[in-house]
Parts: sequence; structure tokens; C-alpha cells
Amino acid sequence: MTTLLDNILGGLALGAVYALVALGFVVIFKASGVLNFAHGSLLLLGGYLTAVLHDDLGFAGALALAVLVTAALAGALDRFLLQRGGQDAHSAHVQTIVTIGIDIVLLTDLSRRIGGDLLSLGDPWGDAVTELGPVTVADSRLAAIVVSAVVIGAVFALFRFTSWGLSLRAAAEDLEAAALMGVRLGRVRAGAWCLAGALAALAAVFLAAFPAPGLERTTGQIALNAFPAAILGGLASPAGALAGSLIIGLTEAFVVGYQSELHVLGEGFGDVAPYAVMLMVLLVRPTGLFGAKGAARV
Amino acid sequence: MPEAPPDDPPALHVENVDVTYGRALSALRSVSLTVPHGAVVALLGANGAGKTTLLRAVSGTLRLHRGVITAGRVRYGETVLDGRDPVAAVRAGVVQVPEGRRVFAGLSVDENLRSGGLGLGRRGRAQAREARDRVLTLFPRLAERTHQAAGLLSGGEQQMLAIGRALMAAPRLLLLDEPSLGLAPRMVYRIAEVIREINAQGTAVLLVEQNAGMALSLAGHAHVLEVGETRLSGPADELARTDAVRRLYLGEPAEDQGAA
Repeated sequence: MTTLLDNILGGLALGAVYALVALGFVVIFKASGVLNFAHGSLLLLGGYLTAVLHDDLGFAGALALAVLVTAALAGALDRFLLQRGGQDAHSAHVQTIVTIGIDIVLLTDLSRRIGGDLLSLGDPWGDAVTELGPVTVADSRLAAIVVSAVVIGAVFALFRFTSWGLSLRAAAEDLEAAALMGVRLGRVRAGAWCLAGALAALAAVFLAAFPAPGLERTTGQIALNAFPAAILGGLASPAGALAGSLIIGLTEAFVVGYQSELHVLGEGFGDVAPYAVMLMVLLVRPTGLFGAKGAARV
Repeated sequence: MPEAPPDDPPALHVENVDVTYGRALSALRSVSLTVPHGAVVALLGANGAGKTTLLRAVSGTLRLHRGVITAGRVRYGETVLDGRDPVAAVRAGVVQVPEGRRVFAGLSVDENLRSGGLGLGRRGRAQAREARDRVLTLFPRLAERTHQAAGLLSGGEQQMLAIGRALMAAPRLLLLDEPSLGLAPRMVYRIAEVIREINAQGTAVLLVEQNAGMALSLAGHAHVLEVGETRLSGPADELARTDAVRRLYLGEPAEDQGAA
């Protein structure tokens, strides 16, 4: 029983962090039709900045600056690099490949800086734990769940109630009709990239916090588990990204938690599980859980 | 009357415009037309004649189709529109309703209407309620369905929503691209009534139509395009009597053939 609750809480915490990453991924795809392969590196950049700045600025200040810088970089990359390629579906494919180049550049430089180190982000939770009835939970995990819930709620409100959100959803449905209404497509797109960058930088904190040992140069790759989450949710659906992330997070936690019972599957099945789940879902629903027919931008 | 600037109230002037797609395909050659303030002007022609291209040249969406104005001018009153983006047109008061309605299917009727005011920024939000009331009075059917997804509306309702969405920006000139396309005859009649009403409230209309009968009955002036060039232009009732228009666009036999 305790193990079960343990796994559920661990899975929710993991899913909440994946949701921050997957939501950014989906917002970028929705706004620009680009699959951002540089998302993991943006996350790593956010984490790295928090790590090197927290001694001077304190955790909150470092995180705020890291979020701002990562958001600004993501927005600038879109506005000044990707958008030069145009707005149609064909250019989106080219731009997707450009993000692979961006990823290589960012990752190479950050790996060089981080090297083999484990960086502490100076988060306030440390290795503190809280007793919740029969289970013991790391404070960092509770924080991940609470912060993600609040931030994701705010992002959904942004979609629904602001002009930017309406512009984004309208442009995702019909680029030309949105342009005819006077939507500034370039700005709306760059805004989406900024938002995604900010979410990635925030997610880095929780991926590096206890029980993880700290920020490593491979932390960005862990975030790639959010990729199957976004796909199984439907890729253009923020609600789908949320559902997909929780599914992936819980799956991973359960597979790791019950590893001894699952040893027929071999060691380390937890790393593969997200992709196995994604494949199973896609076999039944090829467009993802929340993906409508034609949700992909054409 | 107080002294007014030369072009006030403003009119749309398209002057000797050439449009080329993809640097190779010439779509318009030296086309000119004027839509005076408060007028209805019809633009007729077969598929591929360049009617939609002309609207794109005015609304600033050519670039989305890799098209460019290579010569000539487009201006609305004092505002130059050629080479500008669609925001410039919307802010100047020129709004296009695209062919095929193109409502945002996954958004609610209300959200579609809200999206019509996006180009105006803060000014749009300030006057949104007033504009929305006016649109819903014009289209009572939409008022009953404000929370429904636009994709679930019938074709005629979607056309009304597309027009209503454009009206949310309080345009002084409305560009309508084939509003009768694919609609039942009764609905075509209703759309014609709506256009008349919008015009009576002071909005000029540039109407692109395949349904020449409807367009000529609404318009004061009309132009006929043929493979990118102006073939005929003049007062709509005169054009409606010319042989070429009757034969090609109104589906009536020419008089000499009718007598045979």
C-alpha cells in the first residue's frame, strides 16, 4: 500500500515536470508548426544559469533571471533565425531541422562548461521530506506538483482569456484567416517560443532537485521523455500534453517502483517505458489522445 | 461644408497594379479600379482571372502566397497599402472576408467574433461590445449559438459568422470573396440582403462573385477581369445588358443566338 502511494506521488511529481516541458513543446508546435528539437538544450541552459547565478543572486533571483534569459533566447531564435524561413508548412519542416542545429550548438557549449560536474541549483527544499500519513515525500516533489499546477493553470488561462491566446489559437487553425483579422503572426509566434523557453527553464529546477543528484550535462536528455508525452497527447493539444505527461510520469514511476516484479523485462525498462506507452496509444489512436483529425498543421 | 482633405471620406484606389507569383507567374497586369466611399463595386470573372489576387493585393496577404506587387499603387484614402502587411489594411479600415468562409472551426462563435477585433489592439477591445451588439443584431441566428463551436454551424451560418467576424473591426471597406459560394439559393438571397444592409449602414463593399446576377444587382459599378486584365468596366446595370456579360456570366443566350 505504501509503495503504491509512493509511486503515485512520485509519478505525479514526475508527470508535473514533464508537463512543463511538454506544454512548451506543444505551444511551439501549435504556434509555428515546428518540432523544437532544441527544447532539451534550452532546459539545460535554464538549469545551468540558475546553478551559476544562485550564489550571487539567491535561488529566487537566479531562477527569475534564468527564466527570463531562456525565454528571451527562445523568442529571439524564432524571431531572428527561424522566422526568416517563412510561415508555410514546408518552411516549418526546414525550421524543424534548423532546431537540430541549434540544439547541437547549445548542447556542445553547455557540456563543455558543465563537464562531468554535478551542479547544485541551490533550491530551498534540499533533501527535506514531509510525512503524509503512511508515506514520506520529498519536499521537492511536492513543490514540483504545486508549482506546475499553478503555472499550467496560468498558461491555460492565458490561452483562453488573453488576446495573445486567442491570436495563437486562431493562427493555429487558419494562418491566413488570422492574418486577415490583423493578427501579427510573427509576434504571436515569438511569444509562444518565449513562453516555452520560460517553462523549460522552470522545469530544469525540478529535474535537478532532490532526489536527483543535481544538474548534469545529460539533464536535457531526461527531458526528452516529455516528447512522447506531447505526442501521445496529440502534439497540438495543450490539454493532451498535460494528460500525456501524467500518463508518462506515472508509468515511469510504476515501472521503476515495481522493477523487481518486472525483471523479465530486463534492467532499466523505466527508460523505455515512456516510448512503449506512446507506441501503444498511437496504435489505438494514431492522432494521439486529444488530437483531432487534421490537428497537424498543413 | 467645412474644408475637407482631398480624399475624405476615403476611397480605395487600385492604380495600374501588376502582381506576380513566385517571381514567374503573372497574375494581374495593369489593373485599376476605384471603390468610392459607401459604394458597392462588383468584380467578376472566371476562375483564375485574378479576382482573389486583387483582393490579396489590397488586404496585404499576397506574401503568404509568395506573391508580390511589382508595379502600381494601392491606397485607401491617404494610406498606402501596397507592400504593407494585413495589419495595416485592418487598421486603415479595410477588412477582407476570405473565400470559403474560413471560420476558426475549433473556436466558439463568440471567440471567432472576438478574433475579428484582434487587429485593432486596445482600440478594438474598447469598442468590442458595441461591435458585437451590432453584428448579433444583424445576424440574430449567431446570437443563439455564441458558445457553439463554429465548425458545427451550417454553411450559411458560417458565412454570416465570417462576415460578422470581419465587421468586428468596424471596417469602412469590406472585401467579400465569393460570399455565395456553395450556398443554397435561399441563403444566397439572405446574404445579398445582408450586404445591402451593411452598405446602407455606411460600409463600402468590394464584392468578388461568380454569381454575376447577384453581384450586378447589388453593385453600382462593376469590373470584369479576364486572365489578369480588365476586360470590361462600367455601371453595373449597363454591364448587365452587354452581350458578353450576359452570355458568359449570366448564363443567358446572346440576343442574336436567342433570335435564331
